[in-house]
Amino acid sequence: MFGYYLDLALRSLKRNPALTALMVVAIGFGVAASMITYSVFRAVSGNPIPDKSAQLFTPQIDSWGPQQSFNGDGEPPQALDYTDAMALMRAHAAKRQTLLYPVQLSVMPGGNRSLPVKAEGYAVYGDFFPMFEVPFRYGNGWNTAQDDSRAPVIILSEEFSQKLFGDTDSVGREINLGGHDYHIVGVTRHWNPVPRFYNLFSSYGFQEPADFYIPFTRALDLRIATAGNNSCRGKLNINGWDGWLRSNCVWISPWVELDSPAEVVRYRNFLQGYAAEQQSSGRFNWAPNVRLRDVTQWLDFMHVVPPESRISLIVSLGFFVICLVNTVGLLLAKFMRRAGEIGVRRALGASRREIYMQFLIEAGTVGFAGGLLGLLLTVVGVSGVGLLFKPQIARLAHVDLSLMALTLAVAIVATVIAAFYPTWRAAHVQPAWHLRSN
Amino acid sequence: MQIQPILAALRHHKAGTVLIALQIALTLAIVCNALFIIHQRVAHLSEPSGIDEANLFVIDSQWAGQSSEKQIDAQMQADLAVLRQLPAVRDATASNSYPLQGGGWDDLITLTPDQVQKTTDATVYFGDEHFLDTLGIKLIAGRNFRADEVEPMSPRVAATPPAVIVTKALADRLYPDGSALGKQFYAMTTTPTTIVGIVQRLQRAEVDTWSREYAYQALIWPRRLDGTFGTKYIVRAKPGELAAAMREAPKALYAQSRLRIIDPKDGALSFAEVRHRAYDSDRGTAILMGIICAVLLAITGAGIIGLTSFWVGQRRKQIGIRRALGATRRDILRYFQTENLLIAGAGVVLGAILAIGLNLWMMQQLAMDRMPLLYVLGGVVVLLALGQGAVFAPALRASRVSPVEATRSV
Repeated sequence: MFGYYLDLALRSLKRNPALTALMVVAIGFGVAASMITYSVFRAVSGNPIPDKSAQLFTPQIDSWGPQQSFNGDGEPPQALDYTDAMALMRAHAAKRQTLLYPVQLSVMPGGNRSLPVKAEGYAVYGDFFPMFEVPFRYGNGWNTAQDDSRAPVIILSEEFSQKLFGDTDSVGREINLGGHDYHIVGVTRHWNPVPRFYNLFSSYGFQEPADFYIPFTRALDLRIATAGNNSCRGKLNINGWDGWLRSNCVWISPWVELDSPAEVVRYRNFLQGYAAEQQSSGRFNWAPNVRLRDVTQWLDFMHVVPPESRISLIVSLGFFVICLVNTVGLLLAKFMRRAGEIGVRRALGASRREIYMQFLIEAGTVGFAGGLLGLLLTVVGVSGVGLLFKPQIARLAHVDLSLMALTLAVAIVATVIAAFYPTWRAAHVQPAWHLRSN
Repeated sequence: MQIQPILAALRHHKAGTVLIALQIALTLAIVCNALFIIHQRVAHLSEPSGIDEANLFVIDSQWAGQSSEKQIDAQMQADLAVLRQLPAVRDATASNSYPLQGGGWDDLITLTPDQVQKTTDATVYFGDEHFLDTLGIKLIAGRNFRADEVEPMSPRVAATPPAVIVTKALADRLYPDGSALGKQFYAMTTTPTTIVGIVQRLQRAEVDTWSREYAYQALIWPRRLDGTFGTKYIVRAKPGELAAAMREAPKALYAQSRLRIIDPKDGALSFAEVRHRAYDSDRGTAILMGIICAVLLAITGAGIIGLTSFWVGQRRKQIGIRRALGATRRDILRYFQTENLLIAGAGVVLGAILAIGLNLWMMQQLAMDRMPLLYVLGGVVVLLALGQGAVFAPALRASRVSPVEATRSV
């Protein structure tokens, strides 16, 4: 029966090529606009670390006071100053914990390179690697003892190691960065969680993978300043590195791993207690104001999804809905024009169910054609998405099998749903009435 | 033209009527909001920067191997001397950032030393006595920096220079009566600074939504910032020699010292490129909204043509009867035009409500601005015109139906 209905559908569609083309084009454009903007939205709103996002938290402590809050919204600063960051590390109230800040160093010329090379990485604690599940190609992360001894060790990314040493295991070699030697203890596999949830204070979340990681303690010893944001309040009295560390400038992103709700409660109480202590010691003259957000809450709070991406998706979906309303109208016209034919079929014994089948298959055919056009437009659109979004975001959008399947499925399902009302009307044609008028 | 019979006829096509009206309503809602978004984005990206963009480019020179701030300062002075001697270069200066760069350095400004809450916020540029000439900014009051005022400064020292040049926007925000020249303010230390010059216009480094409140508020310190990472050289080419200057400058800097990193891809950027990057998401959103509007109007127009053609086909006999009873072609044409006007009229009323609702929702969810009613009115006119335009061809065909049709059985 399916083959016969399909044949009927194709004949019917061929009878009004203009109307058919209009429906196919409307569905094609509607689904393509939605899919193109969705491919970008999917890339920017994804969970960067799905299996652990509920166990990783970033603590915030208000060290500026209510009158100087970041956006005047009473929220604590989005990073910690040195004093609070060090206090959290010393207290060690979480199973795993790290502080981090971005650093930028240069590799001096050597080998076949005649010019220095820029290297961007992070100063982190050893817990960073197990906490964030960083995959290693060679070697391993460093341990707490190496954090404490301020060891001159370094972990390179696969890409950076390749760039400097070629396709060999570089573990065990020395590298000079910014005039200081580091011992390579590990090389990561390609690792670039998108958005880069752990460094949203200093970036908007979409960038190239980091080149290297060095111990936070070592970076401070070498007085390597942050290559990221540094935000201060009030009247500053800073005269050199130590003055900067003592100041209220926030620049350090802290992360802790808490495995159970009980641990989360305990850590929250610890933060509250710490801030209360600071108040009673006179360092803060305001009530404790702390936050403990997990990865998803943090991404949301930091507005990682660009407003453009949301607006585009909403407008595109609205566009698709209009295309569907358009299709409902055209299908209605098309089906009702065939009232006579339906009357004859019904009179010859076709059940309503069979009329439903016939017309839904016809709608499905239109949806499929629309989906194919949509797929074509989506592929073209996603490759041209660089015109519409920032390049760093545009390159995240890509067409994969799931997007292609989704495009076709959405086009067919949406068209069939749109066809329900016209089909219902067609199935309720009174055979007698139409036979008589003929 | 009597409306009563048209309404009576429409009652027989409830579904089609509702669908066209709904399509017009939704199209109106999307189109007005999209046009409003386009207008806002285009207005944002057309804001003038106040500098001589046509002849400017910037070089991001990162240090490699310079160990002390003293060494960095000497290197910067040597670099500037090299750049200023290039034949295609008019002038050059070194700064921490430049207009439209994105990010940058902001200071909180207060009028008294003990004030806790800021008076306002300003982008900070570092520059020497060549800064104004290099960027081509117009000084409208006071004076430029003198060479002896320009000193090196460490990024890890919070020290306020005694003299500052500010933009008119900042001067007016701090001293709305226009008396800013010679007055003082505080920029994150307890030492005041004195306004020695006011420039007409200079865009901020960051032009994102959050900084709109501080638009064009910038200040220039007479300092060379010895940043440990690198510096930005802003270079003004002689008229028509931008390309030559952009080719020569990085080469000349490498010839001066190889201990630097100028990214081969985007280490040297013309200002056209800087502007292009600064507003890429505005431009992209405007393009996308434009495409969606155009396709949407085309599809809605085509949909109206399709449905009306169907109705005309269905009513050939009735049209024939009317014609046989003495209705002119004009009457038939009018009939379909009025019918469309009625449907579209209902659609735009609903659409206006939807448009305002969508705008309110986006204001709440996406921090959009309130849409002026003019957009809704404009959209109403556009959609009514679209309806009339789309209905014209089928209506004309209807008017050509011959009275003979009345005598045919189908």
